[in-house]
Amino acid sequence: MFKYLKQLTSLVAMVAVLFTFTTESMAAKKSKTLKNTQKKGFVRCGVSQGLPGFSNADAAGNWTGVDVDVCRAVAAAVLGDANKVKFTPLSAKERFTALTSGEIDILSRNTTWTLSRDADIGLTFVGVNFYDGQGFMVRKSSGITSTSQFKNGISACTNIGTTTELNMRDFFNSRGISYEPVAFEKADEVVAAYDAGRCDTYTTDKSGLAAQRTKMKNPDEHIVLPETISKEPLGPVVRQGDAVWEDIVRWSLNTMIEAEEYGITSANADSMKTSENPQIKRLVGAEGEMGAAFGLDNEWNLRIIKQVGNYGESYKRNIADTGILPDRGPNQLWTKGGILYVPPSR
Amino acid sequence: MNFKLKDIGPQLMTVIAVVLVFGFFTYNAQVNMENRGIDFGYGFLSQESSFDVQFSLIEYDGSHSYFRAYLVGLLNTILVSVIGIILATILGVIVGIARLSPNYLINKFAAFYVEFFRNIPLLLQIFFWYFAALRALPLPQDAEAMFGISYLTIKGLYVPAFIWQNFNIFFYSIVAAIIAIIVIRTRAKKLQENEGKQTPVLLISIGLILILPLLSFLIGGVRLSFEIPVLKQLATTSFIYEGGVSLPPELIALALSLSLYTATFIAECVRAGIQGVGKGQKEAAASIGLTPNQVLKLVVMPQALRIIIPPTTNQYLNLTKNSSLAAAIAYPDLVLVFAGTALMQTGKAIEIVSITMFTYLSLSISISLFMNWYNNKIAITEK
Repeated sequence: MFKYLKQLTSLVAMVAVLFTFTTESMAAKKSKTLKNTQKKGFVRCGVSQGLPGFSNADAAGNWTGVDVDVCRAVAAAVLGDANKVKFTPLSAKERFTALTSGEIDILSRNTTWTLSRDADIGLTFVGVNFYDGQGFMVRKSSGITSTSQFKNGISACTNIGTTTELNMRDFFNSRGISYEPVAFEKADEVVAAYDAGRCDTYTTDKSGLAAQRTKMKNPDEHIVLPETISKEPLGPVVRQGDAVWEDIVRWSLNTMIEAEEYGITSANADSMKTSENPQIKRLVGAEGEMGAAFGLDNEWNLRIIKQVGNYGESYKRNIADTGILPDRGPNQLWTKGGILYVPPSR
Repeated sequence: MNFKLKDIGPQLMTVIAVVLVFGFFTYNAQVNMENRGIDFGYGFLSQESSFDVQFSLIEYDGSHSYFRAYLVGLLNTILVSVIGIILATILGVIVGIARLSPNYLINKFAAFYVEFFRNIPLLLQIFFWYFAALRALPLPQDAEAMFGISYLTIKGLYVPAFIWQNFNIFFYSIVAAIIAIIVIRTRAKKLQENEGKQTPVLLISIGLILILPLLSFLIGGVRLSFEIPVLKQLATTSFIYEGGVSLPPELIALALSLSLYTATFIAECVRAGIQGVGKGQKEAAASIGLTPNQVLKLVVMPQALRIIIPPTTNQYLNLTKNSSLAAAIAYPDLVLVFAGTALMQTGKAIEIVSITMFTYLSLSISISLFMNWYNNKIAITEK
């Protein structure tokens, strides 16, 4: 009897070793970040310290915004629940260090995609969720209606650690205007100082100007000038070196945009499973094996659409209905005159 | 010498542990940076910085290098620290002596000031002086002239600039006056020690420091004129002052809050120092006929200074390090310019943070060395 027991034990041990080996190799194939995220049970997401429409917390600590929705989409895809996100508010200065040091796994914080950031500092941009450009805000009473009326000695409030600082220099230099840059670490202080009259103009991305204007003492006293002085494609960023995680974030965003293109909304996503169109069926997990390559199940994209909604729903909910930028401008689908165009999910 | 393992063992183990810990962190950082494709190196310091800074003591704009930006930040940090230390020392000494005043009102007022300012977090005080005071200041077009030549506005303090002709001659006249004063003082001291004669050193000194520069104006060809700031309109409701020198409100708010805060601690050091001198010393000095001023100057202060200097050195170091809170209100100090903007634009976190840490360390050690030298100089010399 004991003889058999010994053999049985070794058999069990061998099976256990084999099993561990196979599960281990499956997990390894997935991705380290994905594995950690699933183990922790939440997605670690870096957001702004409060930019209405993009990432902003209400009094109860609930985060909303188009940047927040990207992280929620990833949580819906990999964890099955869009609410399983831990948000970390970051200043412009802290954001990249937080990502490269592994404190967060996605940086979705109105961050401009530039060559040097993508190539130099260990980051990878996965796409664009908002096409923006830098602009200027001035007081209506100043009578300034165009940047061509700027004169020598103008003082401009802005944030440090942003592309804004560099664009501002290029702009004023190319026009030969001397200016006084007043750069703060936090957006709230920039707004407070500009509002108090410390600066003649406040410059940042136009979406940011529109959003921050709502925080001013008297928003109607300020206007955003029509000129756009730079390209600011804003998008989510991940650490370099985890290709699978990078793909998951990229295609979570793409799914939201493509869902809008095919008219799939959070309300009708389930019924779309029986659609005639194979493109639509792939987007709701009813055809093909669209999740296997990421180590996810087949309905990851369906969950994104059901729980977070498509890009249009997110934009309407966060940016249009809040009165920040009712007009979608370039952030409209390519089929409707905008420049939102993503590769197909197939 | 006969070392035993028992004696050096613990020390050896400590050294090995420290080396291992540092080695581990360095190795870890290296591996992680390699995995994420981040290069390490200080080559970026010579690259063009391409960002501008609001306020700089040396010529700088975005076409200069990151190293130049570092110098700009460093000089701004030193500037606000020096202003802060001088103001805090003057205020601290006054308040410290006031706390010992027999006058009830002065005494209590000084005590209230100390308790109030040292018990509110510095960052809050900085925000208060910047945002509350900023909102209270007038716009440039509404500002009242101070003495007809200076304007304190929300955009800064505008004061006249000095325009010198033959400034070097004026400068030499001052140097000559100072040298003459030192010589006379030494002579006067000797005269008093040897022959007991008193010389009116103070009167002669004041005379010299006034007459020599005056002569440089009369016969040296030195001319001084002022450039007074003039209001300039940028747009319907937006104005600035042109000409003269402008001090940004960020500098004023930071220097003010740093010195008001640190002065409370210095005041306590001064009080402790004066109270630390034995009562008998004062009484003995009074009994040999010294006036109260002489008692303070010749007997109390030399002894009190020995108690005051070491803790005050700490306060100077604190003030210098606290100046890094400047980043909150946009004063372009080392942390804002270099560890802020430059770090973000280059992404060289480890390099820049290490340089910044090393810089603050060097600043602190320099202040410490200077104060130790001064402390040794005034220490009791055993005869």
